[in-house]
Amino acid sequence: MKRRFLTVRLLWNVLFYVLSIGIAVFMFLPFFWSLITSFKPSEDIFSMPIRWLPSKISLEHYRTAFTTVPFGLYFWNTLVLAVLGVIANLFFGSLSGYAFAKLPFRLNKILFLVLLSAMMIPGVVTLIPSFYVLKHFPFIGGNDWYGAGGNGLLNTIWGVVLPGASGSFAVFFMRQFFLTLPSDMMEMARLEGSSEFRIFRSIYLPLTKPALATLGIFTFQAGWNSFLWPMIVLNDPNKATIQMGLQAFSYNHKTDFGPVMAGAMVAILPILILFVFLQKYFVQGIAFSGVKG
Amino acid sequence: MASMGKLYRHQARTGYLFITPTILLFLIFTVIPVFMAFYLSFTNYDVLSRMDWVGLDNYQRLWKDTLYWKTFRNVSYYTVVFIPLNIIISMGIALLLNFRKTGVKLFRTMNYLPTLTSAVAAATVWVWLLHPEFGLVNALLGYLGIVGPAWLAQTETAMFSIILVTLWQSIGSNMIIYIAGLQGIPDYLYESAKLDGANAFHRFRYITLPQLRPTTFLVSTMSIIGALQLFDQAFVLTEGGPANVTKTPVYLIYQQGFNQLQMGYASAQAFILAVAILIFSFINMRINKSEESVV
Repeated sequence: MKRRFLTVRLLWNVLFYVLSIGIAVFMFLPFFWSLITSFKPSEDIFSMPIRWLPSKISLEHYRTAFTTVPFGLYFWNTLVLAVLGVIANLFFGSLSGYAFAKLPFRLNKILFLVLLSAMMIPGVVTLIPSFYVLKHFPFIGGNDWYGAGGNGLLNTIWGVVLPGASGSFAVFFMRQFFLTLPSDMMEMARLEGSSEFRIFRSIYLPLTKPALATLGIFTFQAGWNSFLWPMIVLNDPNKATIQMGLQAFSYNHKTDFGPVMAGAMVAILPILILFVFLQKYFVQGIAFSGVKG
Repeated sequence: MASMGKLYRHQARTGYLFITPTILLFLIFTVIPVFMAFYLSFTNYDVLSRMDWVGLDNYQRLWKDTLYWKTFRNVSYYTVVFIPLNIIISMGIALLLNFRKTGVKLFRTMNYLPTLTSAVAAATVWVWLLHPEFGLVNALLGYLGIVGPAWLAQTETAMFSIILVTLWQSIGSNMIIYIAGLQGIPDYLYESAKLDGANAFHRFRYITLPQLRPTTFLVSTMSIIGALQLFDQAFVLTEGGPANVTKTPVYLIYQQGFNQLQMGYASAQAFILAVAILIFSFINMRINKSEESVV
């Protein structure tokens, strides 16, 4: 009886590790393989049978990638867009999240519900009209008060950042977090005569650091990885993002797998570094999006 | 009493002040565009000069547009295969990695990594992996004596390849959501079931699965909305080819609207797609609801 139990246990352990390792290898192999490819000397890349490790580490593909197209510039452009997106969402998200969670006003519930239900609107619906709105933004980019004459916010970083500057998710996320904080602190502060803005700024906001970190990482990842919308808004090649640059590069250099993989690694790297250092916040963010259902 | 009213007014003013930027952005970039989407679909807007009312012309043209309906079939096929696989695999891996064993943390992290990559970078990497002659996938298949297909270039395997790549990219985060869901199931349910003599399968069928229903509903809803708007991967992996078998509605809307500048017509296409997304989400809601009453 006991021996049978032990055998079953052993079998189950073997099965568990075979399955888990198999899945993990499948998930990880594409990274490993493209990383290896990006460091292989050109003559190794097409060698058959496959070479798991490069005969020598070579940086030539990274040099090629960075000299053929301005990857450095794309990297910088994307960083600016992503960071602006993060700042805007943290600022507007925490302001309105706080208002919806802690301040009583007549339209509180209804406005929040409207914002929330807007999360269900598929992005494709607003794709073309948002373009129209950007193009005909009054007084900007050569437009007159009627929104005609120029290109408005098209081809500017604001055209990319503003439509998502206060995402419904950010507002919702921050509101849920502020709800978990007790309200008696604000009553105390009011008795002492603090202004409403001061209560928000120096009492509640410092308590939301973990939530801000999680939201910031999420927004950064979304901004860094976004592709279609920047491609629509930005026409000037000097303003292109890294995803646009990578797509054009791989399109124009279909068989240069070494440099293309080097480019792909550069596009993945920042998020990977963030993940290594801030793993906790990533997982919290995802788990939150699961709990809200 | 008077001071209470004053305090309330002061707080309400602050509240409105705090939400003003959000509401303004929401009006400009969500509310106006949603109404405009509908309006534009009845015009011949072309960015440059025209924006005349054309009535139902766009919808009539759409009705006879075989390419549009082909993209619809493509993305429906994609969704119908992708969603169940996505849910079954994510839930399966979550169940596996919810055991407290050495190394689970590492396995979870490895499975999560693909979700960090952008769709463009992931697709770029997979173009190389799926290369017919020198790609890793066919090389590994070669060890097993199988001659792999030209994954992205053949009509039979192109959509399958996109399903594979998008699964690779989306399973990690859904796995985390499911693990969070599993950890929310109270232990006493399992303990009392064990006392009643329920075996592992019964515990899964009558406790785990029903308890995970809200999670499944959330995961499937978000996946459906995303899947029907497939664009990035189709754009980079296959450019919609071969023979348009991987062209999706969003891809067509992008081409129609931003390459050919037929924005009025593209708006009509977008509008019909949005209706389809609504219908799919609704069906999904009904499936989740109806199961609830059965169990």
